[in-house]
Amino acid sequence: MAQTAPVEVERPIDEPDVTHDVPWIVIVWNDPINLMSYVVYVFQKLFGYPRQKATKLMMDVHVKGRAVVSEGPRERCEFDVSRLHAHGLWATLQKDR
Amino acid sequence: MPFARIKRSRRGGFQVKLPPPEREVLASLPSMLRAMLAGGNADDPAMKRLFPSAYLDDEVAAAEFDSVVRDDLLAQKIAAVETMERTLRSERLSEDELVAWLAAVNDLRLVLGVRLAITEESSPEDFAGDPETERAYGLYAYLSFLEEDVVRALSSG
Repeated sequence: MAQTAPVEVERPIDEPDVTHDVPWIVIVWNDPINLMSYVVYVFQKLFGYPRQKATKLMMDVHVKGRAVVSEGPRERCEFDVSRLHAHGLWATLQKDR
Repeated sequence: MPFARIKRSRRGGFQVKLPPPEREVLASLPSMLRAMLAGGNADDPAMKRLFPSAYLDDEVAAAEFDSVVRDDLLAQKIAAVETMERTLRSERLSEDELVAWLAAVNDLRLVLGVRLAITEESSPEDFAGDPETERAYGLYAYLSFLEEDVVRALSSG
């Protein structure tokens, strides 16, 4: 599986984030519809994760109800969420408190 | 396990072997999804599932995010449906075309799944009785089966 190239986001949303030191996280939530094999495929495709890591994240979503799939600056996390939504996954971002 | 309907071809791209009745069933689906996307009823639970909120507890940020990404997301979904409609009868697909099929099939599963109120505990008997519900569940189950095949093909080689 190819590594996904880092992508620049041209559109920071919202007011400037004053708490730059607090990283943001992207959470994927369990849903009863998406297939397990599909979720693994999406994690591999979007994040370039090896199959084993993608499978572990999928199982966390399935068993624990959620998993943190990426983290970083807010803009990067918003970009990841939009890509996950484009693939039909239920994803949100929030500050890593 | 029945035969694989979709296989990576050694000459590049993918071979699609769908029995004619399955093609007929599939042919009716993209237009349904396209009409729903074009209708754009944001209060429809299925539309909400296709365009989820990006923030759990910040409605302002969620609305702002939605206003920035929604058009692009909608355009991607419509492009995928149109690609599937255009190539529905093809026996060979490029990787991009198969990825579009996957996007459209997954969106259709999400829509049907929301309409049927699928849960982790759902079983086929839950949808027996009413002919229309049975038909919708049959489509949902078939699309699940087809999607497994598509994912397997895309993940191979």
